[in-house]
Amino acid sequence: MAQIFAYVAHKAGKADDSALELTVAAKKIDPNASVTAIVVGSDAVCNEVAASYNEVWKIGTDAYPNAEVIRKALVNILPKESIVLISHDTFGMDLSPGLSVKLDSAFVADAMDFEGIEDGKLKVIRQEYAGMVTTHVSCDIANGAVVNVRPGAFQPDESTGAGGSVVDKTGDAGDLSETTRRFLEVVEAEVGDVDITKSDILISVGRGIEDQDNLEIINDLAKAVGGDVSCSRPIVDAKWLEKARQVGTSGQTVKPKVYMALGISGSFQHMGGIKGNPFLVAVNKNAKAPIFQVADVGVVADILEFVPELTEKVSEMK
Amino acid sequence: MEILVCVKRVPDTSENEIEINKDGSDIERDDLVYSVNEWDNYAIEEAIQIRDNVGGAVTVVTVGDEESEEVLRREMAMGADNGLHLLDSAFDGSDGRGIATILKAAVEKGNYDLILTGALADDGAGQMGGMLAAMLDYPYASLVNKIEVIDDKKIKAGREIEGGNQEMSEMDLPCVLSIQTGINEPRYVGIRGIRKVASVEIPTLTAGDLGIAPESVGDAGAKVKRMDYFMPEMGEGAEMLEGSTDEIIEKLIEMLKAKGGIK
Ligand SMILES: Cc1cc2nc3c(=O)[nH]c(=O)nc-3n(C[C@H](O)[C@H](O)[C@H](O)COP(=O)(O)OP(=O)(O)OC[C@H]3O[C@@H](n4cnc5c(N)ncnc54)[C@H](O)[C@@H]3O)c2cc1C
Ligand SMILES: Nc1ncnc2c1ncn2[C@@H]1O[C@H](COP(=O)(O)O)[C@@H](O)[C@H]1O
Repeated sequence: MAQIFAYVAHKAGKADDSALELTVAAKKIDPNASVTAIVVGSDAVCNEVAASYNEVWKIGTDAYPNAEVIRKALVNILPKESIVLISHDTFGMDLSPGLSVKLDSAFVADAMDFEGIEDGKLKVIRQEYAGMVTTHVSCDIANGAVVNVRPGAFQPDESTGAGGSVVDKTGDAGDLSETTRRFLEVVEAEVGDVDITKSDILISVGRGIEDQDNLEIINDLAKAVGGDVSCSRPIVDAKWLEKARQVGTSGQTVKPKVYMALGISGSFQHMGGIKGNPFLVAVNKNAKAPIFQVADVGVVADILEFVPELTEKVSEMK
Repeated sequence: MEILVCVKRVPDTSENEIEINKDGSDIERDDLVYSVNEWDNYAIEEAIQIRDNVGGAVTVVTVGDEESEEVLRREMAMGADNGLHLLDSAFDGSDGRGIATILKAAVEKGNYDLILTGALADDGAGQMGGMLAAMLDYPYASLVNKIEVIDDKKIKAGREIEGGNQEMSEMDLPCVLSIQTGINEPRYVGIRGIRKVASVEIPTLTAGDLGIAPESVGDAGAKVKRMDYFMPEMGEGAEMLEGSTDEIIEKLIEMLKAKGGIK
């Protein structure tokens, strides 16, 4: 039986959504696993997490979560050969690869699903090439493993009334002071002139638009349907639109009624910013684009040709 | 400042539709267009800008087959001073840990103050920088979208975190940073620039040169192995609209009206 740990992050005194997802992920690895949550934080968060885990290991501190410090603490308290699940978010990406090196265990990033353990190998499903292909990966867990789990890949199980106990491991965690990387501050993202989090209709554009000048056809469609323009990350990286219009995990979380994804491939970081189950229309010239797996309606077309025609018909109709 | 930038040659996903080959052992490699990993271009650009501000040199390094030399040349055309090609059939089949082991050996042959990687490459791991830093016992920050050199011992680095917020830290040198897109605007490299570096010697180093035991890297040393590529069973998927463009648009407008997508 594997001994599985889940690192549970929290913010403003509340456990992250991943807390409930990671227990489900652990059970998928081994249905009989005893799953222990590790919380670096306060009693309140530990007690919240204890409702859904057999046991919670607490490292008591209210310092900013510095991955370098937390890595040291985890190396001090984790038993050898454990499997450690961590959310594949910006903190997990910061912490996990180095943690696996220090634990001398295997590392798998961005796991989407598991097919159990066989002959000491954990079988993991993940994606490559921005979600265009899927693979089985075999991970030798003889010496344990650190596995980053994709946020949202497992449906949280709210029913588990595990009611576990909290064990204070602070004393074993070692020195928690910052050394070579010292936290200064969090600078909040700038607000833009449009608040896309309030829009009912979003006309969202991705790298498929090819050129800044072509954005005009997107603006025209947005105007015709009475929506706002949002975009994927490459459009912001290229400085074609302001950061406040970026949808995704490192941008805005939006809750429109209708979302049109135009020339957007559908990476999980982009889709992670779309909540509230909107009516999702995707237009993409590649029939195999991952976005078609999650959209409600799809059109295989070149947006440079399709969008102006759509705009014209919408305007005529009005 | 001596800066090392790690780069990888990858299939260009904006130029190719990536598909699985017949037996699922690999992606279809015929006619693939390759380029330097998107994130690595931002890393190189940042390194060049830092060098131009505070002096020093930029070295680009890759672990890869013969073909990979072209990405080193491209980054040198952008303005990197030196290239370093880590090339040995013993490296084939390395997992992330293996590649980091090879890069670590190369780092130890030099004297670098700052090591940059991309935040992510084609297989979506985002692991190299963190592994390399841990092996070297250097401080590390991932997803960096701002670097400010304080002096030759310290930098200030910003990490892009959820919601586009930025976590600022002060870090001791030498350190490793993985670079997020958008940190700068990578300069354009023209044919002329490429031609200028076409005949520059790029040294290659083998496992032997680097003092790496062959069984610690490559397929033999890999704990994490890709078994196959497959097509997942998809859920419902989208309802695909078909017909002439006019018919499609007509249907789409009907649906949008019904769902409140046209005001
Ligand atoms: C830590 C982290 C955070 C991130 N946060 C975000 C985020 O918040 N938001 C975000 O969007 N991304 C984010 N990303 C980036 C993300 O991984 C993807 O790289 C990005 O979402 C891709 O954007 P895209 O779909 O526009 O481009 P691509 O993936 O390049 O897709 C372009 C699509 O357009 C299609 N296309 C091309 N030309 C045409 C045409 N003429 N007509 C129709 N279709 C066409 C192509 O078939 C393709 O499917 C993040 C990445 C990391 C590592
Ligand atoms: N074979 C390689 N040679 C040199 N650098 C690499 C190699 N593979 C990955 N990297 C670096 O690690 C970064 C992240 O890649 P990965 O960890 O594979 O997602 C890349 O952007 C490169 O900077």
